[in-house]
Amino acid sequence: MTDTPETKPFEPVIIGFTCNWCSYRAADMAGISRMKYAPNVRLIRLMCSGRLDPTFVFKAFAGGADAVLVSGCHPGDCHYSTQNYKAMRRFHLMQRVLTQMGIEPGRTKLLWASAAEGQIFANEITKFVEEVRLLGPLNWNKIAAPLLPVEVPAEEVHA
Amino acid sequence: MSKPKFAMYWAASCGGCEIAVLNIHEKILDVDAAFDVVFWPVAMDAKYADVEKMEDGEITLCLFNGGMRNDENEHIAKLLRKKSKIMVSFGSCACEGCIPGLANFSSIKDLLDTAFSTITTDNPDNIRPQTSYSVPEGILTIPTLNPVLKTLDQVVDVDYYMPGCPPESHQIAAVVDLVIAALNGKAELPPKGATIGAGNSTVCDECPRTRNVKVIKEFGRIQLMHADPTLCLLEQGIPCNGPATRSGCNGRCPTAGAQCIGCYGPAEGVVDYGARLISAFASVIDSDKPEEIDKILDGLVDPAGQFYRFNLAGSLLRASKAAQKG
Repeated sequence: MTDTPETKPFEPVIIGFTCNWCSYRAADMAGISRMKYAPNVRLIRLMCSGRLDPTFVFKAFAGGADAVLVSGCHPGDCHYSTQNYKAMRRFHLMQRVLTQMGIEPGRTKLLWASAAEGQIFANEITKFVEEVRLLGPLNWNKIAAPLLPVEVPAEEVHA
Repeated sequence: MSKPKFAMYWAASCGGCEIAVLNIHEKILDVDAAFDVVFWPVAMDAKYADVEKMEDGEITLCLFNGGMRNDENEHIAKLLRKKSKIMVSFGSCACEGCIPGLANFSSIKDLLDTAFSTITTDNPDNIRPQTSYSVPEGILTIPTLNPVLKTLDQVVDVDYYMPGCPPESHQIAAVVDLVIAALNGKAELPPKGATIGAGNSTVCDECPRTRNVKVIKEFGRIQLMHADPTLCLLEQGIPCNGPATRSGCNGRCPTAGAQCIGCYGPAEGVVDYGARLISAFASVIDSDKPEEIDKILDGLVDPAGQFYRFNLAGSLLRASKAAQKG
């Protein structure tokens, strides 16, 4: 099979937010164990999933991401005691708002992974990538592009 | 010496901003004394052609209110930008889209269907407005709708932002005083891009109600509840947009017993107004269980409408997918 633009399968761009103490370590574990999983997720490490400002997610979508992964320590295991519960409350509300904006709930995922769960982290990412592939590209930046200002002098507009 | 020139224009807006300007009472006489009003469609007769004949930069101060709903709005925005030295994005519609911007949840087709073919509309032939129509005398045209409403600064360069729906009259009076003082060399104008006539903090900072860091088990609607008049509304489960909204109104709504709906727009440093409110509202929910959290959230009937009532066109996503696809 040739890799022409027509035959190339859609490769989703996914932004993943991980916490420093569990889910990033899980990704690290997957890496050092040489586990194979889909390369579509670009990870951004936060100190805690509770640090996740929904603004980050909106910015990712506005900038062209097809999906966003939010991951942290398992409930009860947060390094900062309860902040992953905060992340969970925000996530539920954020997903409702995104749905009203026309961004399907399947484009956001909340994943708990401990530092030892490299295999689970890798499997879940592969599964998520396949789910997003089925949803197709979001292309928010491209849909919005024609709406951005075009410089036209006032007289020409009037003509 | 001729007086500096003043213009005010309305694009997609309700006219409340004009009333707010007139509501500065006797200070309007200062405006008249200091400025020559050359263009203000609500208050005086002037034609677009009069503005086109002016030199570039001939208008000293232009207060522009309203969003960019159609090509006429954009044309006048570009024209007034060219002719004005100081272009102020005046009021919530120009700054962030405001109520007309809520149309960015729907496609143009849905908008027109709602306006022209619902059960309450008497339109048996399903007549729709045509942007161009031939009559014996020639061709009649009306402006073309933009797919989504844009804010003023998404179309032209803006010097200052003055938020509010409408801006409070005492704030307008203060800005008028400042501009007049600056024209007389007695004061300096703020740096370009600044927000004027508003505070730098949030409505919560001006709100007299007491916060106790309480959490809630359900959201409710203010008209169905007996809210304690001394306590924070959000901590009583009433959706109040104060935590993300810019100060400048003296906490007018919560002081009067109503929730803040966010007309002063995002507070200083807030990139996406709705995203900030998602954090604020989620923080009062008293539950660690996903099912229970969902049940509590069911009390917020229309979260996107609640969080973007004034700010949809100015938000990071700008419009829903349905509206963007047209």
